[in-house]
Amino acid sequence: MNILVCISKAPDTTSKIAFTDQNTRFDTNGIQFIVNPYDEWYALVRGIELKEQNGGSVTIIAVDEADSDPVIRKAIAIGADKAVRIDARPTDPSFVAQQIAAYAADKNFDMILCGKETINYNGGVVGGMIAEHLDLPYISLATNLDMEGSKAVITREVKGGSEVLEVDGPFVLSASKGLAEQRIPNMRGIMAARTKPLDVVSAAEAADATTVRSYELPPEKGDCKMVDPEHPEELVRLLHEEAKVI
Amino acid sequence: MSILIFAELKEGKATKAALEAASYASKAAADLGGEVIAVTAGHIEGDAGLGAYGVTRVFNASDANTSDSGQLSKAVVAAAQESGASIIVMAHDHAGKLVASRVSVKLNAGIVAGAIALPTNTEGFIVKKSVFSGKAMAHVEIKTAHKVITITPNSFGLHTNDKGTAEVTALSADLGQSKVTVREFKPTSTDGSIPLPEADLVISAGRGMKGPENWGMIEELASEFGAATACSRPVSDIGWRPHHEHVGQTGIAIRPNLYIAIGISGAIQHLAGVNGSKVIVVVNKDPEAPFFKAADYGIVGDAFDVVPKLTEAVKRFNAG
Ligand SMILES: Cc1cc2nc3c(=O)[nH]c(=O)nc-3n(C[C@H](O)[C@H](O)[C@H](O)COP(=O)(O)OP(=O)(O)OC[C@H]3O[C@@H](n4cnc5c(N)ncnc54)[C@H](O)[C@@H]3O)c2cc1C
Repeated sequence: MNILVCISKAPDTTSKIAFTDQNTRFDTNGIQFIVNPYDEWYALVRGIELKEQNGGSVTIIAVDEADSDPVIRKAIAIGADKAVRIDARPTDPSFVAQQIAAYAADKNFDMILCGKETINYNGGVVGGMIAEHLDLPYISLATNLDMEGSKAVITREVKGGSEVLEVDGPFVLSASKGLAEQRIPNMRGIMAARTKPLDVVSAAEAADATTVRSYELPPEKGDCKMVDPEHPEELVRLLHEEAKVI
Repeated sequence: MSILIFAELKEGKATKAALEAASYASKAAADLGGEVIAVTAGHIEGDAGLGAYGVTRVFNASDANTSDSGQLSKAVVAAAQESGASIIVMAHDHAGKLVASRVSVKLNAGIVAGAIALPTNTEGFIVKKSVFSGKAMAHVEIKTAHKVITITPNSFGLHTNDKGTAEVTALSADLGQSKVTVREFKPTSTDGSIPLPEADLVISAGRGMKGPENWGMIEELASEFGAATACSRPVSDIGWRPHHEHVGQTGIAIRPNLYIAIGISGAIQHLAGVNGSKVIVVVNKDPEAPFFKAADYGIVGDAFDVVPKLTEAVKRFNAG
């Protein structure tokens, strides 16, 4: 089984977010980067589990510049066989999807797994775009993935519930919580990751369809109004008369 | 510029998120000049309720496999061509995200996924979206001729206008062979309650509730408010509550009108997913809990005392 897992780097979840250059650039000063949680915890780990059960290989792909190599090595340490980095700044979801699709087009992957979204851009659309470029079925928000022979049986979240689907042949999937249990890389994995291949490939010709013009931070909250715990009816009154939300 | 929306149907009617997309598109179309057309799939009742939100025409692909994003996106593209719309809008929800991603490739369109405000078109076509899981916002310019926008549920609201009913026609398009088969649909709850991302009121509880056996009082409070329930990450990780209730940076992001957090400390990863809420109420026995800094109203007290009393107060309020 030949599995491709798409990962991206993201600021550690405890990061305080700030911007520079008149709010046009994310300030990476003091920011620790991690593997985007949905990519690592669910997509990558499920890919590795399937390889362990059925044989084959897991390739990691990331579209990013050289400073992301340590993050890619961390992902390899969890148990992938190799990694590929498309050498370009990931500035727009359409651009990233085109790069991954161009790489995967002639490699016959049985499945391409992504996280449901990144925790920095929160788009959730790269997986669907890759599927469209490659003319493959796309199953988003998967919480379970099992193989029954050549068929994949996938549970995914849909509005108001979940749906069990069958897909025959290659597909693209985005991983949601539940698809796998987070794995902590062990010492052997970390040592092995140092020598596993991390190929750098130059980017395919593609233009950005969007540009971030500027960023802003949400407005600060005012003071919190305290209500006496003995009189919660006062809270109900405030929510009705002052906040007007009930 | 005419705007096309993809509206998801449930039992023949547009979902709340789809009606919000229609409201958003109507306002944008009024600003940019143009009409709002909808494309739908599967069984439709009347105009699915879309006319009341400013949609003038609906193209329905009745035979589409509504679980197949490949077929749905083909239907959207066919309707875009038929109507000449260059802006495509849909909800940033389960179905919307997957259809939008495919449509953007088919139309070579730039996409803003997760918009929280109307586009501005003075210095380029710019749409505001939430980034860094709610810790910041970005103003994103779409540079392509076709544009795709998915809008975050509850960020724009529902706005009816009295355009009346929309004219419904069958969409004639070859949607090809479906590549996925649905085995089964399992509803999360049987009472038809609305999905968490679309809920106006949310009652959320954390590790302060001590154990799953104590959620009865949370559910009772939620039912008095007519609210959906949510929880912090550790609560779903240890299995006290289902995963789909987990809100925050690594769960789902929500922006209800009212978010009441009970026994939740207010860690940065939790706040990231809920700070778009209009009003935040925190109930915590620790006056130093960080959540109070992000709250509009607070009660310092033991949840096991406060929640039943609050439920009684809401009951009396509901009784008028
Ligand atoms: C990579 C990463 C991602 C994460 N993502 C998320 C996420 O998406 N969402 C999320 O929620 N968390 C997330 N977390 C976890 C987060 O850091 C916190 O650990 C978590 O939110 C704490 O949950 P809690 O508030 O329920 O529990 P605690 O931090 O244990 O807080 C319990 C609170 O309950 C109060 N309390 C106790 N007893 C009572 C009582 N009887 N009455 C009233 N109050 C009481 C306490 O004072 C305390 O404030 C993430 C962490 C990491 C490392």
